[in-house]
Amino acid sequence: MGGLPKKKFERGSATNYITRNRARKKLMLSLPDFRRLCILKGIYPHEPKHKKKVNKGSTAPRTFYLLKDIRFLLHEPIVSKFREYKIFVRKLKRAYGKTEWSDVERLKDNKPTYKLDHIVKERYPTFIDALRDIDDALCMCFLFSTFARTGKCHVQTIQLCRRLTVEWMNYVVASRALRKVSSFVTWIQYDFHPTDVDYRVMATFTELYTTLLGFVNFRLYHSLNLVYPPKLDSKAESELKEEHEDDYAMNSESYLEKLSALSSSLARVVSTDEEEEAKLDEFPAEGEDMEQMEAIEKEQKQLETQKKLFEGLKFFLNREVPRESLAFTIRCFGGRVSWDKSVCIGSTYDMTDETITHQIVDRPNVDKQYINRDYIQPQWVYDCVNAKILLPVEDYFLGVTLPPHLSPFVEEKEGDYVPPEKLKIMALQRGEKPGADEEDEEDEDEEEEEDNDDDEEEAEEENLKQMEEQRSQGKSLQVKVTPGKVKADNPARLKEEEMAEEKRLAIMMMKKKEKYLYDKIMFGKKRKIREANKLAAKRKAHDDAEKGKKKKARK
Amino acid sequence: MEGNRENVQIIEKRPGMKKKEKTDKKRSLEDEQEDQLIDFNKKPVNKDEDDEDLSDSEDSIYSGLEDSGSDSEEDEEEGSDDDGGDVDDNAEDQSLEAEVKKIEEEEEESEEKEVKREDEYQHDSSDEEDIRNTVGNIPMEWYKDFPHIGYDLDGKKIYKPIRNKDELDEFLDKMENPDYWRTVHDKMTASDIVLSDEQVDLVNRLQRGQFGDVNFNEYEPTVEFFSKDVMIHPVTNRPAHKRSFIPSLTEKEKVSKLVHAIKMGWIKPRRVEDDSKGRYYDLWASEDSSISAKHKMHLPAPKIPLPGHEESYNPPPEYLFTEEEQSLWDQQDPIDRKLTFIPKKFDSLRQVPAFSRFIHERFERCLDLYLCPRQRKMRVNVNAEDLIPKLPKPKDLQPFPTTQSLVYRGHSGLVRSISVSPSGQWLASGSDDGSVRLWEVCTSRCMKTIQVGGSVKSIAWNPNSSVCLLAVAVNSEVLILSPALADRQVVSSSERLLAAPQEEGPSEESDTAVWSEAEGEELNQGIRLKIQHPKPVHQVTWHAKGNYLASVMPDHSSHLQVFVHQVSRRRSQNPFRKSKGLVQCVSFHPIRPYFFVATQRSVRIYNLVKQEMTKKLQANSKWISSIAIHSGGDHVICGSYDCRLSWFDLDLSTKPYKMLRHHKKAVRSVAYHKGYPLFASASDDGSVIVCHGTVYNDLLQNPLIVPVKVLRGHAITHNLGVLDVTFHPTQPWVFSSGADATIRLFT
Repeated sequence: MGGLPKKKFERGSATNYITRNRARKKLMLSLPDFRRLCILKGIYPHEPKHKKKVNKGSTAPRTFYLLKDIRFLLHEPIVSKFREYKIFVRKLKRAYGKTEWSDVERLKDNKPTYKLDHIVKERYPTFIDALRDIDDALCMCFLFSTFARTGKCHVQTIQLCRRLTVEWMNYVVASRALRKVSSFVTWIQYDFHPTDVDYRVMATFTELYTTLLGFVNFRLYHSLNLVYPPKLDSKAESELKEEHEDDYAMNSESYLEKLSALSSSLARVVSTDEEEEAKLDEFPAEGEDMEQMEAIEKEQKQLETQKKLFEGLKFFLNREVPRESLAFTIRCFGGRVSWDKSVCIGSTYDMTDETITHQIVDRPNVDKQYINRDYIQPQWVYDCVNAKILLPVEDYFLGVTLPPHLSPFVEEKEGDYVPPEKLKIMALQRGEKPGADEEDEEDEDEEEEEDNDDDEEEAEEENLKQMEEQRSQGKSLQVKVTPGKVKADNPARLKEEEMAEEKRLAIMMMKKKEKYLYDKIMFGKKRKIREANKLAAKRKAHDDAEKGKKKKARK
Repeated sequence: MEGNRENVQIIEKRPGMKKKEKTDKKRSLEDEQEDQLIDFNKKPVNKDEDDEDLSDSEDSIYSGLEDSGSDSEEDEEEGSDDDGGDVDDNAEDQSLEAEVKKIEEEEEESEEKEVKREDEYQHDSSDEEDIRNTVGNIPMEWYKDFPHIGYDLDGKKIYKPIRNKDELDEFLDKMENPDYWRTVHDKMTASDIVLSDEQVDLVNRLQRGQFGDVNFNEYEPTVEFFSKDVMIHPVTNRPAHKRSFIPSLTEKEKVSKLVHAIKMGWIKPRRVEDDSKGRYYDLWASEDSSISAKHKMHLPAPKIPLPGHEESYNPPPEYLFTEEEQSLWDQQDPIDRKLTFIPKKFDSLRQVPAFSRFIHERFERCLDLYLCPRQRKMRVNVNAEDLIPKLPKPKDLQPFPTTQSLVYRGHSGLVRSISVSPSGQWLASGSDDGSVRLWEVCTSRCMKTIQVGGSVKSIAWNPNSSVCLLAVAVNSEVLILSPALADRQVVSSSERLLAAPQEEGPSEESDTAVWSEAEGEELNQGIRLKIQHPKPVHQVTWHAKGNYLASVMPDHSSHLQVFVHQVSRRRSQNPFRKSKGLVQCVSFHPIRPYFFVATQRSVRIYNLVKQEMTKKLQANSKWISSIAIHSGGDHVICGSYDCRLSWFDLDLSTKPYKMLRHHKKAVRSVAYHKGYPLFASASDDGSVIVCHGTVYNDLLQNPLIVPVKVLRGHAITHNLGVLDVTFHPTQPWVFSSGADATIRLFT
């Protein structure tokens, strides 16, 4: 019969979750250590589906971890390292307190360290997994590499981050893997440390990310037959050495800077003179696959051409432009780049070089201009890369108002708003040549259309007025028969209306749940359309205002 | 140490000092002597001695401050110490010796004055004999009465001066003798001594706290014994102790401890710096897909969305904020904002300032990664069109009313009720303006207007086609009209029905209906019978056969809410003994002897033959407004004031088979078509919705309900829209009456 009564919260979801505090107690760790462990192992809280059930009937806000996750942490060897470190700190404090300097030294020599290799391997079992999460790692490392060495974090960490990021950039240059570039308001600030940020958390993340990035770099370099840690090409190295041997005292530092200059190629394990053309293996395919294959091949070709976008061009960077970002971009697409010798190590040619095709300048005018080169603003480089073609340089000359810089990451779907500049670029990509006259014509057409609209509206209004008059006449009991007009049926429109009504009626018959969902979807769609319309309207207003200004100026 | 040692040395060399044990006594003696001479000199000097460091030996001579009391050990070791000390500072010793000699001389001089202060030391016995007078240390008063004052070394008497100086002599001496101020009287020898210039000078210097020796340099450069320079010779030449040749046990213990610790691995050798070059290796060299470490609950963190156009430093102008948007952005909470930043335009790249929130942004990302609870949210990835149920097209379900074809105007108040004659030729309507109008359906012509003197709540045409009668509910009366709008045979048959013999002896109770025949003007208008009810009547309805009539008087408290009248016998009866709630409306089953009573929340079905309730339908709505029964009798629709229409399948369940929420406002009336599978509902939102509800003969197949048309035409007045709806008995037409005093026909 009955048996024991079932107790509440002893089965089901209540037993699958564990609160943060209980987890911490189970692991016997202090909160900072627990935090560190969670960061390193990638353990995060879970939001249970039925919070009240898990929280044993209480609705107090709590963070829950999966019990399985916490059990998984129990066997982590790094936990014992944390404890060792705690002991180490205690011993060190004691030695300091007793001013036993020899002990301090000995302890410091034997400071417990740990490696995160196994954790990286565990969290990213395959290389692909690692690449998937590399974006956060890169962001963090780039951030740390810009930190001032003011003691917020270890100098070694900063140096390591710098080294890894430089290695990464060199790899991207070597493999020409860059596709999209954008310069945004996201400009890095130096020497500024906000105080409401817990640097320990960030440092822990960086610890993991540097390990990850190091291994990824290693693998990437080896996939390209490059030497890791990266070395400059012997030829380039000798060149650089001649120039700058005296300037730098510390060899290791200068080497990193030379690397970070990104101006010379890297040494390879197997020196291959020519890269083998990576050809897609052709498998016999049928029908749709064939088409797909063709599409892929086409894409591949496009990629190849994009990789050689700046091939044969020679750039010179003025001192006011952001050197690293531009040099990186240009080198990624096969261009050659140099800068003033005093800006940075690693410049390969001088400003006076006659073969320079483009000089990138970010100031209103330049005193001395060479005839055989284009003076352009830095945005040209980025826009070219994003458009995948060499854009006309006229729009980017000195002192010219720049065209808007568009994000390459936005992929417009149907119904989204597409800025006109993007349309223009897309036309250019297709090979069409837009003329300036066309625009004007279009504008005029638009105006005409507007006029037409106005006319129609006016006519309607008149009709309405007449109708109203008729009404009032009707009230005064003046029976009057007016010859009826034959309303022209528009079959298409009728059909459309019919369809719409059908849909409306069908919607009436929806179930409550589905109706709710449907309403939500439709609301989202409508909002999207509204936003797109709003943007379009804003643009139109802006263009009109511009045109008005122009006309005034002409008069 | 050093100073002490020297002191000891010096003391040894003093003449007349035989025993070292007595040094302290001697010192105190010397002290006292000096006390006499140097008034308060002792203290500062003494202090100096305390403060000053060890090597100031000269000072200690004067003050006599050697801590010999505590230095008994040193006395023992004197010999050896002396040897070492002599080796080191011979030169110094020599100079010291010279000084000591001088001091001796001084002492001799001072001893001359001893006589003077002998009394002070009467208790004191001295070993040092005065060689000038051998009486010893006695009070000299004892010799007062003798001519001599003592004996010299040879035993001869030392005679006093012949004449003692009296006060006068003293005075004269003082006045006349220029050396008086430097003359000192020696009590022991009873002679006056004149101090030489040097002696006076010495006394003066001592009084001033200076050194007695003029040539002594008290500020000689210090010679550091222990300095940073490594000396070639040891400080002491003492031979090493025997202990030093025996290995130390404690050290041995310590070493063995260390050895053990090393053996056990507690002490590790200094770690070799691991070169960072070898830190990285091919971690994924042996990739095996078998380690899919993440369990199925793993939720990868969502990526940060990539920046869009508006984040560009030079965005297209439409992405910049207008003033309105800017102010809106300012007012919004940071969480509610759609964009976390304000799009800005810069003319060139060099003007782009630093991004101040970068670290914050990264930090927030970090927090999100490890602190933010994750949950898998299934995003419904359905096409909205797929959600719409696939229904048969209304086109295929024709015929049904689609267009408004006629409007019956004439009433001046809202038309509460309409009814169509069973032939379908006539339409009767009752309005709040106190009139009943009869219309010809096809022409919309008002055939007759009957003033009934009160707002008409309900009107119902007798469904029996062989009679032509109309029941009208006005106030607390139900009128039975014979509109005479049929052929003569029908009219006569209806007259016959009404002319049935009256039951004798109608009960005179107050809660029964009273039948009376109309007279005079009313008779001319066509009113034949009046049934007086105790309460206002809200609804009348006929049985399908046309003989019975039910009327409803809603009242909460009373069981007297429904009357069933038999027209042929002019009899009324109240079928219920108990109140089951506020009765909204009633209806007869079209075929079987069932009676439907709709109360506020439910519909009860009574079997009239068995006189019992057979079923109770739960309408799932708050307030039922109207019911309609399908001609087959198995389906009921029920409209309610909370916008719902519920379809009951009596064979299935007492719960609604379907709830339809088509209307936006209260449903006022529902109706079934007699022949076609259509039903309509009228609502306060001014619309009539016609639905196609196929009822299959096959019991297994559920009825399929498809809305086919939304009919609009009535204007909403006083928040009331369509009040009544009814179908044409044969045609797929629907009539509706509204609060705008019109009746409309949709065909």
